[in-house]
Amino acid sequence: MRPCGPSVQRLVVPVKLEHVAEDAVLITFGDDIDETLPPAIAAVVDRLSEAELPWLVDLVPSYTTLLVVYDPVGTDFRQAECYLRQAIQTALSSDPDSTTAAPSRTVELPVYYSPETGPDLEQLAGYARTTVDRLIQTHTETRYTVYALGFAPGFAFMGQVDPSIACPRKSSPRKRVPAGSVGIAGRQTAVYPTASPGGWQLIGRCPVSLFNTRNLSLLQVGDQVAFRAIGREEFLALGGTL
Amino acid sequence: MNALEILNPGVHCTLQDEGRLGYGRYGLARGGAMDLRAYRWANKLLDNPAGAATLELISGGLRARCHGCTQVAITGAEAAVTVNGHAVPMWQTLLLNEGDELAIGHSRRHRFIYLALAGGIRGPALFGSRSVVVREGFSETPVVQAGDRVEPAGEASDVPARTTPAQARAYLAEPPVLRFIPGYQYQDFSRADILRLTTQTYQVTGLSDRMGFRLEGQALVEPPPGIISEGLCPGAIQIPGDGQPIVLMADSQTIGGYPKPGVVCRLDLGRLAQQLPGGRVYLQETDLATAQNQRRLFELYFRKTQWREDGKSLAWQ
Repeated sequence: MRPCGPSVQRLVVPVKLEHVAEDAVLITFGDDIDETLPPAIAAVVDRLSEAELPWLVDLVPSYTTLLVVYDPVGTDFRQAECYLRQAIQTALSSDPDSTTAAPSRTVELPVYYSPETGPDLEQLAGYARTTVDRLIQTHTETRYTVYALGFAPGFAFMGQVDPSIACPRKSSPRKRVPAGSVGIAGRQTAVYPTASPGGWQLIGRCPVSLFNTRNLSLLQVGDQVAFRAIGREEFLALGGTL
Repeated sequence: MNALEILNPGVHCTLQDEGRLGYGRYGLARGGAMDLRAYRWANKLLDNPAGAATLELISGGLRARCHGCTQVAITGAEAAVTVNGHAVPMWQTLLLNEGDELAIGHSRRHRFIYLALAGGIRGPALFGSRSVVVREGFSETPVVQAGDRVEPAGEASDVPARTTPAQARAYLAEPPVLRFIPGYQYQDFSRADILRLTTQTYQVTGLSDRMGFRLEGQALVEPPPGIISEGLCPGAIQIPGDGQPIVLMADSQTIGGYPKPGVVCRLDLGRLAQQLPGGRVYLQETDLATAQNQRRLFELYFRKTQWREDGKSLAWQ
């Protein structure tokens, strides 16, 4: 580990480090949800992953933060903090555009928008005072950023949904939402990777597997996602199930 | 092949080890033994490799028949254990011979029992861990069932008869104080609410499982509003709008947005895990350096000590 110099304090963006447990540090990149944060957080995740630190246990990125879990025998809180400050600075300064430029990875997800795959589609169009076709168009025209993964393995929270079709969660969650279901909750959208209970407004279904135990999660924090509307036949041909 | 044939798995029996570390970023729960101390001691008695899987029993009630000849160790919540109907102690090595029937009764005072097998227990490993998180559904056989064969994962060391030192299980008799490290949201709680949190006796409710334990006491009056969802650690004390704490446990979700005054120390989480509904616990502030040093000593103890020949005490190497 290199010694910490005074330069460590000069960070490219104001980043806060907080010790939140006996083996974890929370790095906060900003106070509000902002699409410039996920690329910066992803840059730090990449930097720490590439370093192959023997004491690094896990990295959990979310909207504005990155939780770093470490092995308290492999390092201690002072060393961990010192190293992390350096790594953040390196990650964010070696790629000066990282907080503003579009990230390299864009994932396109086909979606069969229909009442048979999206039981809330028609009601949501009514709520948004638009037509089903316009709603689909609005949902597919937006380029989304993956802000966080969680809730279930591979479940990616994406934003921001156009305010004209944003809608609160259902007042009573469904006991079972089929795998691949595409939903809206507030200004967030997501695809359910596996069948689970859920309260999001369902508008369609994606035939692409978002999580499996071989390739893990298709989507990562910082990725850009574009939805493409497909028909029933293409949905089935791509392996979708009704 | 040496094996234990499960005749009755009891209330709920799963395979658990140190947990699935490093996959929180994909949304996978950590899982792993709820009572780290008891889990570690069961393996330590048998000189099992670090991270060896054990059976974790909720409450107990397991019956199994031995095929071949093997050593086991049972730790955790106190229960009546018998071999062919004869009472045998917990927290020590047990030699089982062909046809022996092992029975673990139900614990009255605590919750989790660990059964380790010499060589560690074989099971499907996913991302470096055999821990089963039932909720995630990745395991084809999540819960141990009657008829299952529990087999060793690797070569067993033939160890002499051993008993854990008395202090190994002292934590079960101590008052369940849950020390927590105040987090950065601590200051968002009113002074009166922090005093409520740290001076009252909380009761463990029935809504307590491997994901989280809900505590009940005098509600906090003005918990701060929710935060933007962030990564969570097991032990995090979440305060939802009703002012009653939820302490996150081994199978907890990976991110969440309830405000948190702090995170309970890993070893005290085992103390909480062992409490039955109605059990009383206390929350007490500690500081990062103290908590981390205590955890380091615990970890080093299990890595750096070896059994003395008397089989009753351990020496630092």
